Amino acid sequence: MSQEIFDRFTQCAVKMLSVDAAKVTREARFKEDLEADSLDLVEFVMELESEFGIEVPEQELEGITTVGQAFDLIAAKAK
Amino acid sequence: MQGAGYRVAVTGYGVVAPCGVGKQAFWNGLLGPGVVGAKTVELADWDPLPFFANPKEARRADRVEQFALAAAAEAFAQSGELPYDRNRIGSIFGTGIGGLRTLEEQVIVRVEKGERRVSPFLVPMMMANACGAAISMRYTLRGPAETICTACAAATHAIGYAARLVAWGRCDAVVTGGAESAATITAVAGFANMTALSTTGCSKPFDSTRDGFVFGEGAAVFVLERWDHAVARGATILGEILGAASNADAHHITAPSPGGVGATACMQLALDDAGLAPRDIKQVNAHGTSTPLNDQAESDAVVALFGRPTPPVTSIKGVTGHPLGAAGALEAAAVLLSFEHSLIPPTANTAELGADIHCDVVIGGPRRWTPGPTISNNFGFGGHNGSVIISPAS
Repeated sequence: MSQEIFDRFTQCAVKMLSVDAAKVTREARFKEDLEADSLDLVEFVMELESEFGIEVPEQELEGITTVGQAFDLIAAKAK
Repeated sequence: MQGAGYRVAVTGYGVVAPCGVGKQAFWNGLLGPGVVGAKTVELADWDPLPFFANPKEARRADRVEQFALAAAAEAFAQSGELPYDRNRIGSIFGTGIGGLRTLEEQVIVRVEKGERRVSPFLVPMMMANACGAAISMRYTLRGPAETICTACAAATHAIGYAARLVAWGRCDAVVTGGAESAATITAVAGFANMTALSTTGCSKPFDSTRDGFVFGEGAAVFVLERWDHAVARGATILGEILGAASNADAHHITAPSPGGVGATACMQLALDDAGLAPRDIKQVNAHGTSTPLNDQAESDAVVALFGRPTPPVTSIKGVTGHPLGAAGALEAAAVLLSFEHSLIPPTANTAELGADIHCDVVIGGPRRWTPGPTISNNFGFGGHNGSVIISPAS
């Protein structure tokens, strides 16, 4: 994975979810590990869309529970 | 209070205002200079972070809710833990508008960036009941949690209703008060274009040259509880809510009824509720917005009810500006502080009373007094009148 893209992803998480960068790992679960509820995730994805100049349709977010899953979705679009 | 089974004690309160954050800073501000040369008076350098777990939580609360939670923190720190069934502790709050800043920001986002960029937190941040809901959630208050939106009378109505829930025995304690932070560019323009704002940027209630109000903001929160419970748990009682009243002019959307007849009737109802006679009232904390119409009508109402000389009348709006739905909350705090310091704060900026003003307005400096029952009035667009009578603890 691109470290540069992951760093930008992490910065968005730090800013929007008020978490330490060290907690933003591929294995981290949004709800349990980052204390992010569904509205947090909507806002976080909006920030990612803005940061990477992409669009993430809501249905593509279904089933995503970890940072790794979300990152792969974003990274694929950000290319 | 009429129909009351219980006396209502005030055991804690907190204040956030442009002239001071925290009740003693607020008091010092009330004794200081008035606001001049500004359409609005707002908190400079407001930092919400001390009142939230993290920046995310603070960002999710509109500024009006940040004020409410900050004032609530001070109120609960003073009252101490309320050892009651959480189902019997209520949260009755007042605001004129709610999270207008968030709404205005997000309208701009929508216009500039499109609907997909509108914050998912717009609705919970702008809704008028957000402050009371936030207090209920933070302190686990599972009794009635309702918000009263009667424009500039909102907090006075909230305090009255909260006291009644305690007096009637429905609740052991109720957290109440009001908050406002609505001086957005659009709202200021709206008030200015209706000629409600002072064109000289000076709030001088009851003055001969008063020409409108200055737009304020702030919050105050009070912990009310059953007097007997407060005594039993050893709480310090700061004051008592003796009575309250609410009525309507049914006259005009913005102008008070001529001669202040609605306000007179409201104050009379509050006296009846408290079981007091006019001569028992030792201070009037006026709505006193500095608009020509309000101040004349209120003076007429005070003279009609109390005769002349009237009890000392003061308006803190020369310092605070007019914080709309929070007015009654800041003013109830000013009343409690006037008990503590045995001083009635002066009506700042006011130098010469208007020829149409016939009540005893405290001007030029604070007036020493022997604290006694005080009536606080607030009137809202829509013809809403509210009065609450607060007395020193005894």
